[in-house]
Amino acid sequence: MSKKESIVDIPTVNKIARLSRLNIPEASKQNLTNDLNNILGFVAQLDEVNTSDVKPLASVTGHKLPLRSDKVTDGNIEDLVLKNAPESSGGFFVVPKVIE
Amino acid sequence: MSDLLKFDLLSASIALKNKEFSSLELTNAYFEAIEQTSALGAYLEIVKDHSINMAKASDKNFKNGTARPLEGLPIGVKDMFCTKDIKTTASSKILENFCPTYESTVTQNLWDDGAVMLGKLSCDEFAMGSSNETAARGNVINPWLKNIKMSPGGSSGGSASAVAARSALAATGTDTGGSIRQPAAFCGITGLKPTYGRCSRWGIVAFSSSLDQAGPLTRTVSDAALMLNSMAGHDKKDSTSANLEMPDLMNYLDKGIKGKKIGIPKEYTQDGISDDIVTFYEKSINWLKESGAEILPVSLPHTKYALPVYYIIAPAEASSNLARYDGVRYGKRNEAASLDEMYEVTRGNGFGEEVKRRIMIGTYVLSSGYYDAYYLKAQKVRRLIKEDFDNVFEEVDYILTPSTPTTSFELGKKQDPLSMYLNDIFTVPASLAGMPGISLPVGLDKLGLPIGIQLIANSFDEPGLISTARVLERSAEFNFIADGAAK
Repeated sequence: MSKKESIVDIPTVNKIARLSRLNIPEASKQNLTNDLNNILGFVAQLDEVNTSDVKPLASVTGHKLPLRSDKVTDGNIEDLVLKNAPESSGGFFVVPKVIE
Repeated sequence: MSDLLKFDLLSASIALKNKEFSSLELTNAYFEAIEQTSALGAYLEIVKDHSINMAKASDKNFKNGTARPLEGLPIGVKDMFCTKDIKTTASSKILENFCPTYESTVTQNLWDDGAVMLGKLSCDEFAMGSSNETAARGNVINPWLKNIKMSPGGSSGGSASAVAARSALAATGTDTGGSIRQPAAFCGITGLKPTYGRCSRWGIVAFSSSLDQAGPLTRTVSDAALMLNSMAGHDKKDSTSANLEMPDLMNYLDKGIKGKKIGIPKEYTQDGISDDIVTFYEKSINWLKESGAEILPVSLPHTKYALPVYYIIAPAEASSNLARYDGVRYGKRNEAASLDEMYEVTRGNGFGEEVKRRIMIGTYVLSSGYYDAYYLKAQKVRRLIKEDFDNVFEEVDYILTPSTPTTSFELGKKQDPLSMYLNDIFTVPASLAGMPGISLPVGLDKLGLPIGIQLIANSFDEPGLISTARVLERSAEFNFIADGAAK
């Protein structure tokens, strides 16, 4: 898809906010739309660069990710795992009801 | 007035070994300094009882002759490092009560080598910012000008401000696109971003995982060498950690640069750089030349695309990394009727404006239909930027650039996100290439604000970076102390 079609408007902001699970107050949507358009406009200068024969670079380490044997290396730390949870009960994280 | 504050990390370490004073005395002097400079807002949390216990343990080790490399030296920790049982907020409201149950590898390495922890230092929220103004608990102030509130830079603004104000002997930082080097430049101190993979990222709050790297903020190049010696090392808990021994950097302090080639990239001398910085950049070139280096013009043709690449890749990775703040496992929760609404209000209220902006950009460039045009394109241009560096390092040993286009700016004056992003124009390219860079102070501008110069080395050549930076440091003779520093 070409970037000409990708100018952000308020419905797009609503969609991205939804995908990001971010509640954005109505009053700040226009400013956010403008900011996103400015930033996306700025990064669009990459279109000038010919990358037809270039492979994407995801990691600069130059080494292959190491493997280890699939063994448990810790455990029995239920209390520690739950320690920072806003709400927990009986060894579980508690969330709002998801099934009617 | 405490004479103890005059010692830098290395000289304090020697003085402690010679029993000129105790770690407890030194640590207490720093707590007085923290109090004296508290208006700067550098510290989010001080842990005095913990510090005193660590200092007493260090004094015992000196007595027993079992002192370790950083024994008894009081340092500050950027709030991006998880510290066991000590609040770690990443300067975000969403983590305001987060108390890690584990210690980051880098800080553990420091404590294992005897360092004393003073407390946690402010930064931009989730390290996203270049002025420390995105911190949930308010900006930090640069100690250099007493009458104007200047930015300490960011994101490691608290770390830089504290080291410059002498309320920490040294501090840890993290650098994703310049977050160690830019604040070091603004605050007249030394900041070193190591090669990607040198320091373990385990236990560091993740922002952009292919770029994040920890490093020291210190008063001198020797101090940076001493501290990085302890911070770096292979860690099985970070799959990107380099399994490579780092030579003892203290052996490279006085190697000099005779016969070394220094590249001056033509793309880094553009419009918009302040005149004073240009003057000191030229002076720095001459200093290196006089010290025996050969100066060569070089070209990194894709430099102008580094910021656009960065502002696609870093937000993309951030949007993914920050998905974990869901109000369920840790962090603050805002209650709502359904799970999805709970996520939305928790994240909407818990994150600040800049963080939300970056999550939105990241989500957008990764979303269906735009992934190839933005994210994949950015990864391709990232390769071209890395190849620019690889090519130049075939011709020269080090690259010299200004650290920033301008010196520090007044807090509250830069409102537009894009103009803020331009602060990192000279630091982002080396980050994208994974190469180590150091910023050190070389002079003051007309307002009396510090000017930083950056040296970039090839991957894993921290030893040579230290040797070269030491030559520049000795020539520059930057002996100024910030007006607002503790006395």
